[in-house]
Amino acid sequence: MSSLLNISPSPHIHGKETTRKLMFSVVIALIPALFTSIFYFGTGAVIVTLTSVSACIIFEYIIQRFILKRPISITDGSAVVTGLLLAFNLPSNIPVHIIIIGSLVAIGIAKMTFGGLGNNPFNPALVGRVFMLISFPVQMTTWPIPAGFKTGYTDAVTGATPLAVIKEGIKNGESLIQLMEKVPSTFQMILGKMGGSMGEVSTLALLIGLVYLLYKKVITWHIPIAVIGSISVFTGILWLVNPESNANPLFHLLTGGILLGAIFMATDYVTSPMNPKAMLIYGCGIGILTVIIRVWGAYPEGVSFAILIMNAFVPLMNAYIKPKPFGEEVKYG
Amino acid sequence: MLKTFPTGGIHPPDNKLTAGIGLRYLPVPESVAIPVSQHIGAPANIVVNKGDYIKTGELIAAANGFISANIHASVSGKVNRIDTITDVSGYPQTAVFIDVEGDEWVKTIDRSSEINKEIKLTTEEIIKRCCESGIVGMGGATFPSHVKLSVPEGKKCTVLIINGVECEPYLTADHRLMIEKGEQVLTGITILMKALRVEKAMIGIESNKPDAINHIRNLATGFKGITVHALKVKYPQGGEKQLIKALMNREVPSGHLPLDIGTVVYNVGTAFAVYEAVQKNKPLFERVVTITGKSLTNPGNFFVRIGTPVSKLIEAAGGMPGDTGKIVNGGPMMGRAISNIDVPVIKGTSGILLLPRTESQRAEIKPCIRCARCVSVCGFSLEAFLLVTLSEKGLYERAADERITDCLECGSCSYICPANRPLLDYIRLGKSTVIRMARERNMKQ
Amino acid sequence: MSATVLITIISLSLLALVSAVILYFIAQKFKIYEDPRIDEIQALLPAANCGGCGFAGCRNFAEALVKAESFNGLNCPVGGGPVMELAANLLGKEAHPADPLVAVLLCNGTPEFRPRTSIYDGPSDCRISNNLYRGDTDCRYGCMGYGDCVRACTFDTMYMDSTSRLPVIADDKCLACGACVKACPRGLIELRKKAKKDRKIYVACSNCDKGGPARRACKVACTGCSKCLKVCAFDAITIENNLAYIDAKKCTFCRKCVQECPTNSILEFNFPSRKTKGEVQNETVTDNQFV
Repeated sequence: MSSLLNISPSPHIHGKETTRKLMFSVVIALIPALFTSIFYFGTGAVIVTLTSVSACIIFEYIIQRFILKRPISITDGSAVVTGLLLAFNLPSNIPVHIIIIGSLVAIGIAKMTFGGLGNNPFNPALVGRVFMLISFPVQMTTWPIPAGFKTGYTDAVTGATPLAVIKEGIKNGESLIQLMEKVPSTFQMILGKMGGSMGEVSTLALLIGLVYLLYKKVITWHIPIAVIGSISVFTGILWLVNPESNANPLFHLLTGGILLGAIFMATDYVTSPMNPKAMLIYGCGIGILTVIIRVWGAYPEGVSFAILIMNAFVPLMNAYIKPKPFGEEVKYG
Repeated sequence: MLKTFPTGGIHPPDNKLTAGIGLRYLPVPESVAIPVSQHIGAPANIVVNKGDYIKTGELIAAANGFISANIHASVSGKVNRIDTITDVSGYPQTAVFIDVEGDEWVKTIDRSSEINKEIKLTTEEIIKRCCESGIVGMGGATFPSHVKLSVPEGKKCTVLIINGVECEPYLTADHRLMIEKGEQVLTGITILMKALRVEKAMIGIESNKPDAINHIRNLATGFKGITVHALKVKYPQGGEKQLIKALMNREVPSGHLPLDIGTVVYNVGTAFAVYEAVQKNKPLFERVVTITGKSLTNPGNFFVRIGTPVSKLIEAAGGMPGDTGKIVNGGPMMGRAISNIDVPVIKGTSGILLLPRTESQRAEIKPCIRCARCVSVCGFSLEAFLLVTLSEKGLYERAADERITDCLECGSCSYICPANRPLLDYIRLGKSTVIRMARERNMKQ
Repeated sequence: MSATVLITIISLSLLALVSAVILYFIAQKFKIYEDPRIDEIQALLPAANCGGCGFAGCRNFAEALVKAESFNGLNCPVGGGPVMELAANLLGKEAHPADPLVAVLLCNGTPEFRPRTSIYDGPSDCRISNNLYRGDTDCRYGCMGYGDCVRACTFDTMYMDSTSRLPVIADDKCLACGACVKACPRGLIELRKKAKKDRKIYVACSNCDKGGPARRACKVACTGCSKCLKVCAFDAITIENNLAYIDAKKCTFCRKCVQECPTNSILEFNFPSRKTKGEVQNETVTDNQFV
C-alpha cells in the first residue's frame, strides 16, 4: 500500500493559504479594537466578547451535531469571527441573555439555515445585530460613557452616541455649532473616547486592523475605499449645501459603525461581490444608503441596514458585472 | 520595471534545484520503447518490421497527414516487437520496441561539434527539413512545428516570439540549454525567422535566470533582429498568450491563434531542435530532460534519447528515494502523475519530478467561502467558481458562453483556493465536454 | 361599524371583484386549447418525472402518448405494463408491452480480484477520474467506485459497498429508468431483461484487452477465450473485442457457461445452490442481502 504512487490530477502543489488562516488573520486584525474596547469599557467589554464568541461556537456545534448531523466545522474559525464582530456591534452593558439570543439568530438563522459557511446571502453578524436592535431597542441604544478600565459592568453612566446627539439636536432645532460642543473632540473620537458600540469607537484601532488586512492580502482595497470615499463625497456635498444642519464628512466617518462596517463587515467574503468592478459599485451603494438613512431615516446609524440591503444585490452584481474578458475583439478586413 | 501580463498569476516557490547543474548525456539504455503518437495530430504509421536492424536517426514511423510528425529511431539495434506500452496518459499506446546494439548513426547526420551559423537552405527547404525531421513543440504542447511555419494565405507573421520563460517550478531544461547551447539556440531562431519571413524576434526569459539572460543578450548582439527581454517571475508567464501580452502588449482574441495578431511562438528547445535538423541534418530523437526532486541525491539535466524509460533517469539521479509519493511527468503545475516508472521519455517530456509522500496528498476539501481568489489569479479573467458549478451540474451551453474553452488549465485557481477545492478538475471536465459537443455538432453539419 | 371600516370593506371588495372579472376575461382570451385526454393520461402516470421514458417529464410523455399513432417504442419503465395497459385502454390504442428491465453492473473488479496499482486522491467523481487516467487499477474499463451512478439514482435503489467498492443495485426497487446508465462514464451499467424469480446470468466484465493484460489487471476478467460460446446450445453468447456478452433474450438460464468460464467471469444470481465451481463464486461475490 505505501509503495503505490499517487496519481491525482494536476496541479500537484498547493498554496499555503487556508480558510482557517484567513479567519485567524481577521481575528488578529480585530485585536487592536478589542484592546481599546476593554480599555474604554472595562469588564463589560470582556464579558460581552466572551459571551458572544462562545455562544456562536456552541450554537454552531449544537446545530451541526444534533440538528443537521453534518461534519463539525467550528475549527475553521468563521464562528469565532462572527462572534467577535457581533460583540463589536453591541454596547458593553448589554445583558447576557440578549447576546445569546443574538448569537443564535446570527449563527442559526443567518448562517446555518442557508447551508453553513459559504452559502449565506446576508452577513450573519449584522443579521444578529439588526434582530437585536429591533427586538430590544432600549438595551441596544443605551451606551455606557467610556470611563476607563475600572468601570463596572452595569453601573456605568449611560448616554447617547455623538450621532444620536446630533440627530436629536437637529430635530429639536438646535444649531450644529452648538451641538458640536456637546460631542467629544475629533482627537478623542479618533482614539475612541466616545459613546458607542464596543468595536466602533476607536478609529485608530480599526485603521491599524485595515492596514494589517491589506498587508496580509486578506482583503483588497476596493470595498473599504469605495465605502469611505462615497460617504465622504455624499456627506461632503450635503455639508457644503447646508453646513448648519449637516455635519462635516470627517464627523460622519469617525462616528458610528462606518469604519467597522467598511473594513470588517462589508468585506466579508461570503456576502460581498466577487470581482473588483462589482466591489466598487457595492461599496458606493453602501455609502450612499448609509448617508440616506443617517440624514433622512429614523435611525441615527445606517451602516448595518445599508450593508444588508446591498448584500441582497450581490448575486445580481455577480451575474451581470463580470471581469473584462481577455482577448482583443477580432477586426475583420 | 520588468514586463509581465497584468491580470492574474501566482508565485509558487521556484525550487530550481538543478539550475546550476550542467547538461550531461544519459547513457544509451539497453532497450527503448518509442510510441508512435508523441504529438498533437494523427499517430504516425510504422514503416519498420520486427527483426529489422535500424540505425540511430532512421525513420521508423511516417507522418500520417499534414498535422502529424515523423518519428525516428533514437538508438541503433534490432526491432524487438511492435506492441503497446502504457505511456504518460495511463492508456496503452502502440510503440516500437528496439533492443539496443551499439550506437551507429545514419550517415547523413553531421556529428561534428562546431557551431554552423551559415544558413544555406531556403524558406521552403527549411519547412521541409523541419517536417522530415519530426520537429514538434518542445515546451510540452508537441504541436508539429512545420504546420506552424506554414503561414496560410491571408495571414501574415510580423514577429517571432521565443519562449525561454520556463515558469514551472523545478524545471531547468530550457535554462541550461540557453546557457550551454546559446549560439545554437540563436542560430535556430534565425532559421525560424527565415522560415517565417520575419525580421524581428523577441526572446522572453524570466528574471530568475539572470545568467541565461546575460549570456543570451551578449550572444544576441552577433545575430540580426533578436532582442532579449527579462520578464517578471510570475506563473504562468510561459503560457503563449500571457507571453504575447507581456512582450507585445496585445491579447490574442478568444478562440483564435497568435498568428491572427501577427506572431508565432516557439520554445527555445524547439529552436535548438530546428538548428540541429537544418544545420546538422539531425532528426529529433533526443532532448533535454530535468530530473529533479528534493529527496534525490543527484538531480540534474540530461540529454536523453527518446524512448528511454523514466527508470533510467531516476537511476542516474541516484535511485528512487524511499519516501517518493508521486512522480510527475512535467512540472508540478501542469504535469501528469505517472503510476509506473517504465513510462518512456517522449518528445514532450521536459522534466521528471519526484515529490515526497508528505507533499503528494491533497488536503481535505472545505466549503467555498466565495473569497474570489480564483477570479483574481486567472490570467484570462475567467470565474473559476462559476465554471466549476456549471460543469458539475452539466450546464455545458452556459459554460461555453462563459468562455470555458479559453482556459489554459494552468492550475492557478486550484493552487490558490484556501478551501482546497478541486477547481481545475471540474473545469477540465466541462472544457472537454464542451469541445466534444462542438465537434459532434460540426460533424453533423 | 364606523365609517372607516365600512369604506374599507366596500372598497376592497370592489377591488377584488373588478380584478376577478379582468382576470377571467384575460384567462379566456389567452387560453390555449389542450386535449383534455393529456390531463387524464398524466393522472395515470407515476409522476416520478425521471426521464426513463425518454421524454422530459410525465406530462411530455402523456402528450406523446396522446399524439402517437401506436404505442410501439413508448414505455414507462416505472409504471410498467399495468400503466401502459390503462393508458392504451383510455386512448383506444393497442398496448405494446415491453419487457421489464433491471439495471446490472457489468464489472466484478473488487479490490480482492483487481488490485489497486496507484492511489487516486482527486475528487470522488467518476467522470473526472475517467477523464484523467485509467483509474487506480490496471483495468481501464472497470468500475472506479466513486458513485456517479448512485448519485444519479432518484429511486434510492443503489448504494456503494465499501468492501467491494462497487455499486449494489436492489433488484426489487430498480425501475430501470436508465439514469445510472447515462451517469456511468464507462457505460458499465446495462438494462437487462428481467427474468422470473429475479434470476440473472451475465458476464460481469467489460474488459476489451487481450487475455494477458486483462488477467494481469483482474483475476475475474473475461479474456475472450470462447469456452462459454462453445458450450452454449442456444446461441446466446457473442464474443467481440476479446469480451463475451450474453443476450438476455436468448438465454435460457441453463448455467452451463457459468461452470465453464475459467476466470469465473460469468455470474449467476438467485438460483438454487449446487455443488459446482459456480457456487463458490456466488458465495464469495454475490451478496443478495440488499439493505
